[in-house]
Amino acid sequence: MNKRTFIFKNRPEVISASSAVGKKEGQGPMKSWFDMISDDDTFGQKTWEKAESYMLKTTVEDAIKKAGKTKDEIDILLSGDLLNQIMSSSFMARDVQIPFIGLYGACSTMTESLMLAGVLTDGGYCDTAVSCASSHFCTAERQFRLPLEHGHQKPPSAQSTVTGAGAMVISGIKSNKCNNKPDAFQVKTREGNRVVITAATAGKVFDPGIRDSNEMGAAMAPAAVDLILAHLSGTGRTFDDYDMIVTGDLGFTGKAVAADILGQAGVTKEQIEKKFVDCGTLIYDKADGFESGGSGCGCSASVFSGYVYKMLQNGRLKRVLMLSTGAMLSTISPFQGETIPGIAHGVELESEGDL
Amino acid sequence: MNDNDKKKKREAKAYEKYVKNFTPKPHYTMNILKAFIVGGSLCTAAMYVQNVLTETGVSKEMAGNYVTVGIVMLAQLLTGLGLFDSIGKFAGAGVIVPISGFANAMVSTAIEYKKEGPVLGVGGKMFTVAGPVLVCGISASAVIGIIYWVIGVTG
Amino acid sequence: MGYVYTFLIGGAICAIGQLLMDATKLTAPRVLVIFVVAGAVLQGLQLYEPLVELAGSGATVPLPGFGYVLAKGAMEGAREGLLQAVMGGVKAASGGIAVAVSWGYIVSLIFSPKSIVR
Repeated sequence: MNKRTFIFKNRPEVISASSAVGKKEGQGPMKSWFDMISDDDTFGQKTWEKAESYMLKTTVEDAIKKAGKTKDEIDILLSGDLLNQIMSSSFMARDVQIPFIGLYGACSTMTESLMLAGVLTDGGYCDTAVSCASSHFCTAERQFRLPLEHGHQKPPSAQSTVTGAGAMVISGIKSNKCNNKPDAFQVKTREGNRVVITAATAGKVFDPGIRDSNEMGAAMAPAAVDLILAHLSGTGRTFDDYDMIVTGDLGFTGKAVAADILGQAGVTKEQIEKKFVDCGTLIYDKADGFESGGSGCGCSASVFSGYVYKMLQNGRLKRVLMLSTGAMLSTISPFQGETIPGIAHGVELESEGDL
Repeated sequence: MNDNDKKKKREAKAYEKYVKNFTPKPHYTMNILKAFIVGGSLCTAAMYVQNVLTETGVSKEMAGNYVTVGIVMLAQLLTGLGLFDSIGKFAGAGVIVPISGFANAMVSTAIEYKKEGPVLGVGGKMFTVAGPVLVCGISASAVIGIIYWVIGVTG
Repeated sequence: MGYVYTFLIGGAICAIGQLLMDATKLTAPRVLVIFVVAGAVLQGLQLYEPLVELAGSGATVPLPGFGYVLAKGAMEGAREGLLQAVMGGVKAASGGIAVAVSWGYIVSLIFSPKSIVR
């Protein structure tokens, strides 16, 4: 067993999840899976940064409420986003007043925080943890690319930053199945299967040498493939053992590259076609001008917390490997001639139908 | 550069080439055609206005100035109204390469940082894209001026 | 017919810009800088003036025209003295720059960026 993979013996449970997205995401193919959709990308706030922070806070509070808990019962909050000094997360933490650990894994933050929440709850250091991440089109675009009102054309390989956030509440206590509480939200949770975290694999930073920030998918694809293979060898499982292997934001280009590299590693075409999915290719309507799909922490955070979690809960998926992918570029690194390294963290979730 | 760096560079090149097979290409012909037609039309319209102005008795030089200023003001207003990015998405270089692109670059960067204050936000960020253009353009002109002065003095 | 040249030259300069942005990895801001400096250098070699005479706005409205105005001003100043040579460029382009800065500032203070168009 290699050391990159953590096996969670106590199988901490994801007791609730919540997701929120902006207008365009709410019009995409995933719309029925999201918990909250805003018509207004400002979320009624004065600045874009406040909007992102508010969106994140809303999902965190909603997830805690769905778990039938109060803020005081949450031991730790693990969160991250794309902004400099993870502004959205820290300002959200200022408002919710839960012990906070800020994370930065670029767009890989959702599984990074979920993995750490798994470690903390499985190890018994925390009873309940919240893991979350967010991104906003208007805050990320101005930081990493050109201003919103600048009249440039996007090359067809450029992905669009998702306005979205996702949060999950993870509990390490088996006995606390929440079904003693007559809470409306609890009843809803208990209708479905238990969703448990069984294993996780930490990613290495991989640099294939891409320089163009419009080709992030290609920059992250080798890291994603490396992680999938490492996780399979770490758990001793094969591609067939999973109902779905879902990447964060490779987009159409990155997904095609990753599928090809997987093929070279011996995974058959049918397996890839049937089981290999990417959140970036799911979130937008392709006809709406999003030729290359979505990106950002919020892309995987909202789809994992919305679509994947609910599919596990209703038992249509039994075992899933979720991996958020991140491009580790900074606002200055491209100007210094640096290439764009990629990373991916993987978390394995299982659906337990014990009721 | 040592051998390791060279090897990395070679691998990066190979990967870039490999990725190209999966990357969608821009619609070269269509984009160039659009840029050509929109850019050409913009210049022709400017010429027409300039000719009308000269006919009414404005000097040729001032007429040119009026037209330039007019395009700049219009482009900046359209940027403020949130229309320029849509036009740019369609026309590409057709509106970026004319002076309108320079005007758009100033306002688009400035309003993006409006919440950071009218002085350091708007005032400072106005030049994130336009600044390099002015710096390089003015420096080039100064160098050319000095070269011409030296030629004039020595020749 | 002057307008034909205006259309063709102006359109061609924009088409070159489009090709630069699509085929190379140059971003729009870099293309702007390249065009302004190219216009100045071409005028320094006395190659841009004939283009302006032929195409009028077709050569002055695109950004190389801005470089041309700067270089032309500097070259005229050079006849008077060293300082005039350095000053000349900005002096010739001062109208456009002053309006772009002041009007741009006013517009920026009035409007805010919008998210909806992506």
